Amino acid sequence: MEFKDYYQTLGVARSAAEAEIKRAYRKLARKYHPDVSKERDASERMKEINEAYEVLQDPKKRAAYDRLGTGWQPGQDFHPPPDWDTGFEFRGSPAGEAFGGDFSDFFATLFGGAVGARHGAGVHRRGEDHHAKILIDLEDAFRGATRTVTLRVPELDAKGRLAARERTLNVQIPKGIREGQLIRLAGQGSAGMKGGRAGDLYIEVGFKPHAFYRVDGRDLYVSLPVAPWEAALGATVKAPTPGGTVEVKVPPRSQGGRKLRLRSRGIPGDPPGDLYLVLEVVLPIPETERAKELYQTMARELAFNPRRSLGV
Amino acid sequence: MDTDIVTGILVSEQGALSLEEMVEACGTEVEWIVELVEVGVLSPEGPDETAWRFGALDLLRARRLARLERDFAASAEAAAVILDLLDEIERLRACLIRAGVEAV
Repeated sequence: MEFKDYYQTLGVARSAAEAEIKRAYRKLARKYHPDVSKERDASERMKEINEAYEVLQDPKKRAAYDRLGTGWQPGQDFHPPPDWDTGFEFRGSPAGEAFGGDFSDFFATLFGGAVGARHGAGVHRRGEDHHAKILIDLEDAFRGATRTVTLRVPELDAKGRLAARERTLNVQIPKGIREGQLIRLAGQGSAGMKGGRAGDLYIEVGFKPHAFYRVDGRDLYVSLPVAPWEAALGATVKAPTPGGTVEVKVPPRSQGGRKLRLRSRGIPGDPPGDLYLVLEVVLPIPETERAKELYQTMARELAFNPRRSLGV
Repeated sequence: MDTDIVTGILVSEQGALSLEEMVEACGTEVEWIVELVEVGVLSPEGPDETAWRFGALDLLRARRLARLERDFAASAEAAAVILDLLDEIERLRACLIRAGVEAV
């Protein structure tokens, strides 16, 4: 497993005082907290930051970590010294538990033993619920789908030590699912203790950005390019829907931005959502003499001032 | 490796989970959830605690609030304000997306 340099993660010196470590953590949390951050890798970074802080803010864990010495490089292949977990007892702050399964193997190896001891003392107890998020394609919400979810779950091994295990589940995505809904999988969370029920797994569903559909609840929006004469004179044009191409009537005298509603062509459900086509007038570029002439004819023969509303 | 396909229950935006289920899903205490309802962060359906039904949005909000409280050592009140502001940002982003402007 890879060695983790917790001091480097928080950007503090090995001699840093407790207050300094706290300050560094707070600053990084503001930058990388997945709920407030716009950084791309925020959630990964926050896991590392939380793990580093978990160790360095606790004098006992920090002392134990410091005992590994300064000879290690981040990412270096690491094996704990043979006498590692003698003489330490970690209590108080939940080690690893607070992050669900989001701790490194390095952390679990060094600090996972105490959790097992603490849990083992418990009696009949329901397993914890777990949470995960998956991104699906919009089309999956129309047809339903099966998606594979890989989870890192904390587990106690035979010796009662904490370890993270990868677990793969094939999850049925129901037709008509919307963003913000959850799929609850009963009994797919942590195992119960001493005959307690297993916890549940909640999966939050989000949509991957689509090339041209925009989603709002059950409704969909798509820009529909039209030629000036189609908008001006009305026309029957083809439009995409997730269920297949349809023909729609563009009413005469339409302007760009006009919304045409296709009832019940949004995400299926009861009631189903609607699909809005937002007209976008696209001008042909006058590449030939003939095309220029046509524009010139319009300029000459239509008394049109597009800036009248501005009073100029 | 599990290869069976598991089918879950859909938790809708509203009216799905009991108080006990919320407590378990958040890994928290009854009092914490009750307080969030009292200050208006969560809005379950139902007349009293025994009949409360929370939705997916309540669960997502409660867990987010718990993260904010924990990671910023924030009070419930401060975390609730952050939560409201984040909701407002999301609402505005949704407007931008509807208008066809890519939210950055």
